[in-house]
Amino acid sequence: MNALAARTNTTPGTAQGPPPRRRTALVPTVTLLLGALYCLLPVAWVVIAATKSGRELFSTFTFLPGSGFADNLRDLNTYRDGVYWRWMGNSALYAGLGALLSTAVSACGGYALAVYRFRGRETVFNILLAGVLMPPVILAVPQYLLLAEADLTDSYVSVLLPLVLSPYGVYLSRIYAAAAVPADVVEAGRMDGAGEWRIFTRVALPMMVPGLVTVFLFQFVAVWNNFLLPYIMLSDDEKFPITLGLYTLLEQGANTPALYTLVITGAFLAVVPLIALFLVVQRFWSLDLLSGAVKS
Amino acid sequence: MRNAPYGFLLPPAVLFVLFFALPIGYAVWLSFRKVRVSGLGLGSGARTEVWAGLQNYTEALTGGELLHGALRVLGYGCIVVPVMLGLALLFALMLDTEKVRLASFTRLTIFLPYAVPGVVAALLWGFLYLPDVSPFSYLLGELHLPWPDLLDGGPLYLALSNIAVWGGTGFNMIVIYTALRAVPAEVYEAAKLDGCSPLQIALRIKIPMVAPSLVLTFFFSIIATLQVFNEPTTLKPLTNSVSTTWSPLMKVYQDAFGRGDIHAAAAEAVLVALATLVLSFGFLRAANRRSRQEGAR
Repeated sequence: MNALAARTNTTPGTAQGPPPRRRTALVPTVTLLLGALYCLLPVAWVVIAATKSGRELFSTFTFLPGSGFADNLRDLNTYRDGVYWRWMGNSALYAGLGALLSTAVSACGGYALAVYRFRGRETVFNILLAGVLMPPVILAVPQYLLLAEADLTDSYVSVLLPLVLSPYGVYLSRIYAAAAVPADVVEAGRMDGAGEWRIFTRVALPMMVPGLVTVFLFQFVAVWNNFLLPYIMLSDDEKFPITLGLYTLLEQGANTPALYTLVITGAFLAVVPLIALFLVVQRFWSLDLLSGAVKS
Repeated sequence: MRNAPYGFLLPPAVLFVLFFALPIGYAVWLSFRKVRVSGLGLGSGARTEVWAGLQNYTEALTGGELLHGALRVLGYGCIVVPVMLGLALLFALMLDTEKVRLASFTRLTIFLPYAVPGVVAALLWGFLYLPDVSPFSYLLGELHLPWPDLLDGGPLYLALSNIAVWGGTGFNMIVIYTALRAVPAEVYEAAKLDGCSPLQIALRIKIPMVAPSLVLTFFFSIIATLQVFNEPTTLKPLTNSVSTTWSPLMKVYQDAFGRGDIHAAAAEAVLVALATLVLSFGFLRAANRRSRQEGAR
């Protein structure tokens, strides 16, 4: 937003040209508001539906708040000894630790591909990128079978490790490293006698931080939203992430409308943390970085 | 120093071999194998793995279920990709207009569904489709209009497409909008001096300028569409119209873990991967040829 405002302010025409019209551009604003309304609709619905008791859910108009939020919350907290919060904790662990490892690996790989000239560099890069195209299922089914050989299925590791390497993360890191780490800075480090690893950790990494935050967020969301891998790997519901937990809850609840309120309250609480994360983060981080935009 | 890049590349390379190359190779290997059962299939020696040649592939291609799934997903993709990218482009162009109000609020709001897991999105919309709890059925009821069953037949495609459009528009909008902002303002100034209207500028200048990112978003949308799994799987408990083999990936899952035939599942997974590669690269080549022709003109 800031950059947009800056651009319109510095457009030469607006300063000297005809006096700027105060009128709001109506069509674009209304179009965007309709889009925003569409995107908010299910979220608004779940916020309100979570306040309804089971009886109110089916009898009162959808967009009228109900009186059952405290009860719903208590039901959810006590459902199978609070397994819901265990799922949330698992998701936080998978997404947090997974994204951290992924960012570290992406930073190493992206830095190597951006800063060094060596034989096979483009080949390595292209092979990594081809990984983006692989349907997760062609990976997930044999990953399951291979991990089963190592007796590692149905464990935290089985959901964490396959997602650590993110081809898109390496790709983004390479772009950020190429843009943020000048070659003469690396050269100056070498002149001072610093080792390659030391240059990477002390000089290059701090310069890459804004880009790496993006890789972290991207991967955090990717793991948090992942369903297929845990669906295939896990059978012990103590290790489920929230997506899989809610799915099983819905599966059981489909024939028991009494469980609907549980599913709805659970969905509401699952949506809140990520939306809050993005609302906080976007204050100091630009969405544009997500598509590889590099500020000049 | 000479070995340093290889050192840095070691962690990603090891992970690539373990979690990408090895599983792909293993899947291809499994797809050419089958289990032969001798006698009643009891005892330890009764089930042996043997070479199957292309048998798994011919069975997958002639069995019908995989192809039907592919056709369903094709129909679904024909709705999702144009609508999602059309909306993403429209919103990006609108954001890039002068004097637009509330731009940062709407931009963030349209992007928000990206942070909502596909399973949760399907669950939320699933409830909005259910006549018992949906606000729309309530409104239609007040108007004495019938409620269409959104979870059956043709409307099911629309219902599923809507979930994907809702979740994916924001991300694509950001990608296109970023490309739009990279266009130097002078380009528009010149067009404005020549008397172009904002609509003409959008159609004649902005859209051609962001064509590369449109190609890229199209490319990734095709891949994502062919691999649809989470949303139909989540809607399955709410309706009988979504079978366990609704999409190709659901068929792979069903064969691997429902029927326990990993060899058939592996062959199908390889076929899905090949179809994805052929379709997406075919599209990229067509897009490249087109842009080269236009450059020559």
